[in-house]
Amino acid sequence: MIRIENLTVRLPDFTLNKVSLHAATGEFFVLLGPTGAGKTVLLESVAGLLPVARGSIHLKGREVTRLAPERRGIGIVYQDSALFPHLTVRENIQYGLRYCRAERPRSERQFAYLVKALGLEGLLHRSVVNLSGGEKQRAALARALVVEPDLLLLDEPLSALDPNFREEIRDLLKTLHANTGITVLMVTHDFAEARYLADRIAIINGGRIEQTGSAEAIFMRPATPFTARFVGMHNLFEACFEGRQATIGAHRFQLGHPPETRHRYLAFRPEDVHLHPPGPVDGLANPMAGTVRSLAHQGMFSEVTVHTPALDYRALLTAATVFQMRLSPGDPVVGFIAPEALHTL
Amino acid sequence: MKLLRGWPRPDPFTGLAVACSLLIVLFILLPLAQMILQPSAADMIAAARDADVTRAIALSIGTALCAGLIALVLGTPFAYLLARHDFRGKKLVESAVDLPIMIPHPVIGIALLSLAGRNHWLGRVMADLGVRIMGTTTGIVAVMLFVGLPFFINTVKTGFESVPRRLENVSRSLGASPAATFRRITFPLTWRSLVVGVIMCMARAISEFGAIVIVAYHPMVAPVMIYERFTAYGLKYSQPVAVWLILVCLLLFVLLRIFARPRATVRRKTP
Repeated sequence: MIRIENLTVRLPDFTLNKVSLHAATGEFFVLLGPTGAGKTVLLESVAGLLPVARGSIHLKGREVTRLAPERRGIGIVYQDSALFPHLTVRENIQYGLRYCRAERPRSERQFAYLVKALGLEGLLHRSVVNLSGGEKQRAALARALVVEPDLLLLDEPLSALDPNFREEIRDLLKTLHANTGITVLMVTHDFAEARYLADRIAIINGGRIEQTGSAEAIFMRPATPFTARFVGMHNLFEACFEGRQATIGAHRFQLGHPPETRHRYLAFRPEDVHLHPPGPVDGLANPMAGTVRSLAHQGMFSEVTVHTPALDYRALLTAATVFQMRLSPGDPVVGFIAPEALHTL
Repeated sequence: MKLLRGWPRPDPFTGLAVACSLLIVLFILLPLAQMILQPSAADMIAAARDADVTRAIALSIGTALCAGLIALVLGTPFAYLLARHDFRGKKLVESAVDLPIMIPHPVIGIALLSLAGRNHWLGRVMADLGVRIMGTTTGIVAVMLFVGLPFFINTVKTGFESVPRRLENVSRSLGASPAATFRRITFPLTWRSLVVGVIMCMARAISEFGAIVIVAYHPMVAPVMIYERFTAYGLKYSQPVAVWLILVCLLLFVLLRIFARPRATVRRKTP
């Protein structure tokens, strides 16, 4: 459906470097990465809004790398909706219809369907200036979809919304995608969003693709230190591996399965650490004795940083556990991590 | 001091800023007010009935309008390019656009004359085509355009920059060509900047004297006439012409500003 090969885009202050990826027809593909990773640059290059230095973009089997944006059949929805402020909601949605190849009755059916599906019936005569964030984004989605593009690009469509609207638009995206079968390429920095919506995910960082795969594969088996940290494996350490054992300073870790020979890092998630006061605990493996360095309270959870001579690791505890343990900086504690929760890369 | 009740006592920095501001406003307004109030009503009526005066003011406004319209037609695409595209040497081009602001005005006149004279190939081509610069309204418009262009281009460029590029991107992705995008998105959102640009260009053009006096002493535009009457007859004789020029221009610019003022874009919700 869309195939991007070795795409290189050079901007004065940023380079997108040999990016390759493909998405099948009807797939919801998410590009996940931090701010400044090159997500929007990639999206705008695909849309033909930025010049491509090298590489190619194929859409439905035809090369569109040098094609003008208006001839690509690719719709785009931006984070800030980018609605035309001098037009009403109806005029915004119908903006592209005069350039659309579809027959009039078909366009009208599509318009009516989208207006209903996106709950825009009461807003059509309104100016877009005073719409809420969610209403704006719904109108922007309708505007992009009414011309029935071959590919829909979504540039962080949920980021600028209040949490309530975010869920609403996220669900709408899921439903619209299921009902229209359109191919979607979305960029976001939020793993939860990506996990909810994506059929497949590509992690992008510093203008390069770090890893591509299903949400599960990315979450469970991150391939690079960056991806590991990005999906929450904040405990990441260089380690020496030997058989089913990993060593970091004085700490020896029993692994669930032997690592591949080229692996250099041991990683585990803060939420997988079991933190206990010093003393014997039955049935738990890989003890890491140390002292509490700091506590960061985050609503219902607290992140505890534990200092040991060889490494500082983080553990995520419920607020109740922290209260029960009466933890405070300087307290001696022991963290345990199950061999299956240890990840090597 | 009622107005200041409830506010903290002004600090010395704010006090200094207010004092400087008052000084500057007085510096600008006092001479103008003095000039506007000094001529008697009889002098003003006499000047208004003087055909030479009305002709000079009309010529000033007419030629400035021509310069403004030429700037609009040629300068708009240029300003759009500068606002939307980065290219090598852009800073140099932008500096070149600002040059007419810095160059001494007589130098501009001399430069234009040397280009349009018989000694230059361009001057000979223009002469063959029947275009004359020296002592013609064409020359006056050329000078006015030269000095007014930076004001038009900078104003309009800022206007284009205020339209998020994403709006144009979306328009293109929906199938509109660059020209259609400009017509349907960029222009409706920036036409007020274009009007303000024309006003700025005209304002600068009408006030030009140094370059015009070299290129075209005749036909006489208002500033040249004011200068001539001042040197030949003195202050009293030149003042009414100056006042009429100020009043007519003020009226014109206020009308244009009212025409171009931003309106509420919110449309009423239908029941």
